[in-house]
Amino acid sequence: MARKLPMYKAISEAIAQEMERDENVFVMGEDIGAYGGIFGATTGLLEKFGPERVRDTPISEAAFIGAALGAASKGMRPIVELMFVDFFGVAMDQIYNHIAKAHYMSGGQVKMPVVIMTAMGGGYSDAAQHSQCLYGLFAHVPGLKIVIPSNSYDAKGLMISAIRDDNPVMYFFHKGLMGLGWMPSPPEATVEVPEEPYTVPIGEAKVVKEGSDVTIVGVAKMVYEALWAAEELEKEGIGAEVIDLRTLVPVDKKTLLNSVKKTGRLVVVDEDYRSYGMSGEVIATVVENGISLEAPPVRVAYPDVPVPYSRVLERYVLPDKEKIINAVKSIM
Amino acid sequence: MEKVEEIPKETLLEIYKTMHKIRTYEETLAEWYYKGKTPRFDISAGPIPGELHLSSGQESAAVGVCMHLKPEDALIGTHRAHHFAIAKGVDLKKMTAEIFGKATGLSRGKGGHMHLFDANVNFSCSGIVGASFPQAVGVGIAAKLKGEDYVAVAVGGDGAANQGTFHEALNLAAIWKLPVIFVIEDNSWAISVPKEKSTAVAKNSERAAGYGIPGVSVDGADVIAVYEVAKEAVERARRGEGPSLIEIKVYRLRGHFEGDPQHYRPKEDLELARQKDPLMNFEKLLLEKGIATEDELNKIKEENIREVQEAIDFAVNSPYPEPEEALKGVFAGGE
Repeated sequence: MARKLPMYKAISEAIAQEMERDENVFVMGEDIGAYGGIFGATTGLLEKFGPERVRDTPISEAAFIGAALGAASKGMRPIVELMFVDFFGVAMDQIYNHIAKAHYMSGGQVKMPVVIMTAMGGGYSDAAQHSQCLYGLFAHVPGLKIVIPSNSYDAKGLMISAIRDDNPVMYFFHKGLMGLGWMPSPPEATVEVPEEPYTVPIGEAKVVKEGSDVTIVGVAKMVYEALWAAEELEKEGIGAEVIDLRTLVPVDKKTLLNSVKKTGRLVVVDEDYRSYGMSGEVIATVVENGISLEAPPVRVAYPDVPVPYSRVLERYVLPDKEKIINAVKSIM
Repeated sequence: MEKVEEIPKETLLEIYKTMHKIRTYEETLAEWYYKGKTPRFDISAGPIPGELHLSSGQESAAVGVCMHLKPEDALIGTHRAHHFAIAKGVDLKKMTAEIFGKATGLSRGKGGHMHLFDANVNFSCSGIVGASFPQAVGVGIAAKLKGEDYVAVAVGGDGAANQGTFHEALNLAAIWKLPVIFVIEDNSWAISVPKEKSTAVAKNSERAAGYGIPGVSVDGADVIAVYEVAKEAVERARRGEGPSLIEIKVYRLRGHFEGDPQHYRPKEDLELARQKDPLMNFEKLLLEKGIATEDELNKIKEENIREVQEAIDFAVNSPYPEPEEALKGVFAGGE
C-alpha cells in the first residue's frame, strides 16, 4: 500500500529496510543517533538497530568518512552522513583521493560500496557556509556516483540503489525538500511511497513534464521551480519539457538528448554555482552530440558569488520560477 | 573566587557589565527571533531568518578571556560567537543590523549571525567547526614576523577539539612558539552528542601534554577563575613564551540553535546549567562580598538594556541592502 511520506521519512525507511536485509549496512555521522539526523534522514534508526550499527560520531569527518573506506574494504556497506555538504572540506581527501579512486587504483581489487549522504541547498538565510549545493565539485571527480532526488519516491528508491551499488555514491538531499516541520518544502515533494523496498536506477533521468518547445533541465528543488515556470509558460502557449536529471554521474544522456532533439531549445537550471559546473556540463553534452539548437542554450544558475545571508540578497541570486520564465522567453 | 578582592572594583564591575550585556542581548535577540515564527516555527520566516545559536550561560568564557585583550589582538570565534563578539568590543549596532540582514550591518548583510567580521577590533568567526585554530596560528606567525606583541585567541567548542585542525594547529603553534591561546569552550554538547561519547579524555586541557604546552581546565561558573587563567595565558603569549590551551567548562542554557527541541538532553543537565549560571553566581558574589550594591548593579543593568535596545532599534530601522549588492565584493580591488 502506498502512502504519502515526506522525503526524510522515505530516506530513513530505505536505510532501515536495507539494514534489515543486509547486516553489513550500518550508519555513521554526527547527530544521526538520538537526534535522528539534523534533517531527519536517520529518524528512528537508533531505536531499531542500536548504537553499534547507528553510530553517533565526534565532529571528526576526516576520521569517520575515512573509516567508511576501511569498513567497505572489509565487506561492510557503510552509510555516512556529512551534515551539510558545505562541511566537506575537512574530509575531502578521504572522499576524492581515496574513496573515489580506490577501485581504480587497485586495478579492481577493492570495491567501495560507500554511501555519503549530505544536505544541500539554501533559501532560508543560512549564509555562505551552510547553503551551498556543490554537487558539481563531486561530479567532477572520477569514481563518485552522484544522485539527487527531488521527491520522496525517488528518495527511497535511489537510497536503496545507492546502498546496493558497489561503488561510492554521493547522495544529496535538499533541505528544502525534506518535508521537515521547520523548513518549508513544496508539497509536491511529498508523494506516495510504497512500503516494500524498491529501487530507482542510478543513471536514469525522468521527464516530469512533456513539452515540445523548450527543454528545461534541473535537479532537486529547481525541478519544482521549472515545473512552476512551465505551468506559466503553458498559459502563454509555450510548451516546456521538464527533465529531472536525478543522477549527475552517470548522467542519462539519452533522455536529455532525445528531449533537446525534439524541442530544439535548452535551459539548464542549477542551484549550484554557474561556472565550471552542472549547467556547463549539460550544455556541453548536448553540443558535443551534435544536437542542433534553434537558439543558444541558457543557464539559470547561482551567479558566481558566495551565498549571501540577507533575505533580499539571497532571493536576488537564487534561481527561481521567474528567472526561468525570463530565460525561456529570451530564446523563443 | 578567592582572588576577587585583589581585583580592582572597576574591573569587576566591567566584567559584570559585559556579562550582563551579553545575557540581555541574547535574550532580547531570542524574542526577536521568534517574531514571525509563531505559531508555526519556520526557520526562514521573521525579521531574523536562518539559524541562531545563542550563548546564554557561556558569558564567563568570553568576558574572562577578552578582558585581557586589546583591539589589535585577534579573536577567532565559532558559530556561537555573540558573547565573544560583544566582549571583544564588536560594534553592537552594526552586529545587530548584520543579524537582521540589513545594509548597515558589519558585512552589509552578506555574512549574518555565524559570520561576523569586525576588522576594527580584529574579530571574526565562522560556521565551520574547528576552523579557528589554524587561522589563529597564522595571526601568531604574523605577530612574530612583524615583531609585534599582539596575540591570537582561537575559540572552539568541545566538539571542535575532535577535528584534525585542532591537533595540527596546536602542534604548529607549539613548535613555532607562537602567541596563540587556544580556548576550548566546553558546554558538553556537540549538538546532541555528549562529550563523554565523543571525546576520549575527560578534559581537553589534558591534550596540551601531547604538544608540550600548558593546558588548564577552569570552571566557567566562576568568571574570576576564568579571568585569572586567561590572564596568565595571554601574558605568557605576549612574553614570547608560546601557546597555551585553556578549557573552560560552561553550560548551555538554551538549545544548540533556537528551535532545537533538545529531546536528547536530560532535564538534570539543564538544571545543572541553571545552577552553574556564571552571571547569577557573579552577581551574588558581588553583593555578598559587599563589592557592589544592588543600586549600582541596577544602574549597570539599565544601561545595558538601553544599549541593547538602541542596537535593536538601529537594526530594525535600517534599510535592507539593494538586491544587486549580492553580486558585489567577491574579489578585492573592484566589483
